[in-house]
Amino acid sequence: MSTPQPPMPQAAVPDWQAVAAGSPYPTYTSPIPVVRTHLGHAISSEWTKIRSVRSTMWTLGVFVALVVGIGLLIAALVSAQASDESLAGENPLSFGVFGLLLGSMCIITLGVLTTASEYGTGMIRTTMTACPSRARVLAAKSIVFFAVAFTVTFASVLLVALADVSLLQGAKSPSGSEWLKGTFGISLYIALLGLLSLLVGSIIRHSAGAITIMIALVLAPLVMALFMFADSLESVRQALFDYSIPSQLSVFYTHSLSNSGPTGWDPLWIALGVTAVAFAVAVSLLQSRDV
Amino acid sequence: MIEAVGLTKRYGDKTAVYNLSFQVRPGAVTGFLGPNGSGKSTTMRMILGLDNPTSGQVTIAGHPYAKLPNAPRQVGALLDAKAVHGGRSARNHLLSLAQLSGIPARRVDEVLGVVGLQDVAKKRSKGFSLGMGQRLGIAAALLGDPQVLLFDEPVNGLDPEGILWVRNLMKALAAEGRTVFVSSHLMSEMALTADHLIVIGRGQLLSDMSIGDFISANSADFARVRTPDTEPQLREKLTSALTEAGGHVLPEQDGALRVTGLALPRISDIAHDSDVRLWELSPHQASLEEAYMRMTQGAVDFRSTADQKEGLTQPLPPGAQPPMPVPGQGQPGWYAPPSPQQGGRPFAMPHPYGAPGQPPAGPYGAPGAAQPNPYAQPAPQAPQAPQGAPAPQAPAPAAPAAAPPAQSAPAAPAPSDLTKPEDVR
Repeated sequence: MSTPQPPMPQAAVPDWQAVAAGSPYPTYTSPIPVVRTHLGHAISSEWTKIRSVRSTMWTLGVFVALVVGIGLLIAALVSAQASDESLAGENPLSFGVFGLLLGSMCIITLGVLTTASEYGTGMIRTTMTACPSRARVLAAKSIVFFAVAFTVTFASVLLVALADVSLLQGAKSPSGSEWLKGTFGISLYIALLGLLSLLVGSIIRHSAGAITIMIALVLAPLVMALFMFADSLESVRQALFDYSIPSQLSVFYTHSLSNSGPTGWDPLWIALGVTAVAFAVAVSLLQSRDV
Repeated sequence: MIEAVGLTKRYGDKTAVYNLSFQVRPGAVTGFLGPNGSGKSTTMRMILGLDNPTSGQVTIAGHPYAKLPNAPRQVGALLDAKAVHGGRSARNHLLSLAQLSGIPARRVDEVLGVVGLQDVAKKRSKGFSLGMGQRLGIAAALLGDPQVLLFDEPVNGLDPEGILWVRNLMKALAAEGRTVFVSSHLMSEMALTADHLIVIGRGQLLSDMSIGDFISANSADFARVRTPDTEPQLREKLTSALTEAGGHVLPEQDGALRVTGLALPRISDIAHDSDVRLWELSPHQASLEEAYMRMTQGAVDFRSTADQKEGLTQPLPPGAQPPMPVPGQGQPGWYAPPSPQQGGRPFAMPHPYGAPGQPPAGPYGAPGAAQPNPYAQPAPQAPQAPQGAPAPQAPAPAAPAAAPPAQSAPAAPAPSDLTKPEDVR
C-alpha cells in the first residue's frame, strides 16, 4: 500500500451508537474504531483500484510506447531527411503531436474502464454500499484518474520534446511559453480528454459503448468535414475542422490546421468547460439512477 | 434494526415489490424467503439505498441508508458473489473497500482468515469458483464488523462444509446482538438457520412470523385415513361423521383423507361407530418445505412444464405404444391444502385469473377454504370420480372452490385486486 492511512480520531462517537444504546434490543458494538470517512478515504481506495488491475498497466504501457516511440521515430526521420532551411521557423515540439493523437485512444480507454468496468462487473454495488455518497466516489475516481493520466502524459511528452529539441537543430529554439503549452498544456488537455471519457463511461455505464462514443468524438468531426463538398456547408465544414480534437491538439504548438478557430490556450478552456458540464450531468444521473 | 414501511418498486409497468412492510430485529437471524423473481434482491438493494423505492421507505436504525452515519461500519452486505473486478486480487479488492470505509488495512487479512481465503489472497478473483466468490463476498460484508448484516443467497455454490460454516456464522453473528437478514429460496436451509421468517411472493408479504410460529402454523400433525377404494360411499359416510365430530377433512389426490383436529383413537372410534372399514390410519406431519411450497405456489413466476417435444416426434407406427412419460418431469402445480384449523390465514393467494399454476382443486375443498366454506361439505350430487380409474391429475375445470372465495370475500388477506396489475404482463 503506497498511500498513508489517514489518522483516526477516536473521540468522535458516531450518533448511531448513541441511538442504539437506547433501544430495547441487544446491540453489537465493534471494537474497531469508527472513523468519519471523507474524500481522502475514497481517493486512497480508488488509487488501490486503479493500480491493482492489469488494464491500467496495459493501456498506460501502450500509451507510453506510442507517444515516445512514434515521437522519437518521427524526430529521427525528420532530422535525417529535412534540410535545416525547411525546418526554419518550425516549433520542434510540434512533431510530438502524432504519437499523442494515437496515444489518446489509450487514455480514453483507461478513462472509460475506470468507471464503466465497475458497472460491467457489478462492483459498483459493492462500492456504493461501502460509500453511500455517490458524488464522492465519482470525484475520487476523477481525481485519481486525472492525476495518473496527467503524470504519465507529461512525462512522455517531456521526453519526446527534449528529444525533438536536441535532434532538430535547424528548427527555432522554442520560447518559454511554447515550452509550457507544448508540454504542460497539452498534457492537461489529454488528461481532460481522458477525464471526459471517464465521465462518459459513468453516464453510459457500458465500456464498449462509451469507448466508441469517445473515439467518434475525436475522429468523426474531421472525417465528416472531409466529405462536406457543398458550398452551402462551407461554414459547418470549417467549424468542424477548427474544433476537431486533432486540430485543437495542434493549436498547442501554435500552428493550426486552419487559420481560423481556437488559438492560444482556447482548446484547454473548451475542454475544461465540456468536462465540467459532463461532470455535472454524470453526478446528477448518478444521484437519480438506481445503481 | 431494519424497518420497511409500504415499500414499493416498479420497473416500468412491472411491479417488483408491492407495499412491503416488515421489521428485522437485532439478535436473531431473519430469513427472507421467496421464489425466484419474487423481489428479494430488489428489496435488499432498496435497503442498501442502491435502488430508490417508487414509494414507501426503508430505514436502518432510523435512517435511510444514504443518510446513515458511517454506513459501511454499521451495515455489511453480500449482494452478488460475482460483483468483483475479476482482474483484481482478493486482497486488493478488500483493501480498496477497507480504505473507502476507513477501516485499518490489517482488518483485511483478518477477514481473509475468517472466510478461509488467506492462501489465495494474492490470486486474481477471476479464477475463483462460485464458492470462493461467496466467501470473498462474505469477507467484504464482515469487513466493517457491522451491526447489521445482509446476505443475498449466501450458500449458493458452497460445498456442504461451507454451508454448515455459513449457517454457524450467521447464528454466531446474531448471538452477538447483530441484525442478520438472509435471503434464500431454500426453505430447508432457512428452517435450520433462521429464527424469524419473512416470506414474500410476487413482491408481496405472505408471512412474517417466528420460525416456531411458522412450524406450528404450517406443519400441524394430521392423520391420513384411507377407506376401501372399492366403496366410495364409505368415504362419504366417514367424511360427514368426522366433520360432525369436529374434525376437518380434506381429500388427497389419491383418494385418501387428510384429517386434522381429531386424535387417532377418536378417528378409529368414529369409523367403528359409523361402520366404516379403514385401510389406513396413520399419523403424519407436513414438512416446512411443503408449507412453503403451498404458500408460494400462487406466486411462482417461473414454472417448468413437461418437455413435450410436440411436433418433433415421428408419427408412431400403427399399433406401437406411445412412450411412457418419465415421472417427475415438470413441476407439480398442486400441493396439499393447508391444515384448516388456522383457517383465518389462507396462504395461497387467490387466483381470479386462470394462471397456469392454478391448483386443480378437488371437488371437496380448496386451499384456504375455511370453516364457512360450503364447498368443503361433502356434496352428495358432486360428480364422484370413478374409483377404478382415479383421475387425480386431470385438472378439474374451473376449480369451483378456488375462484368464488376470491370474488365473494373481498376481505381476503391477500387482496386479489392488487395482484391484477402485475398479471397484465
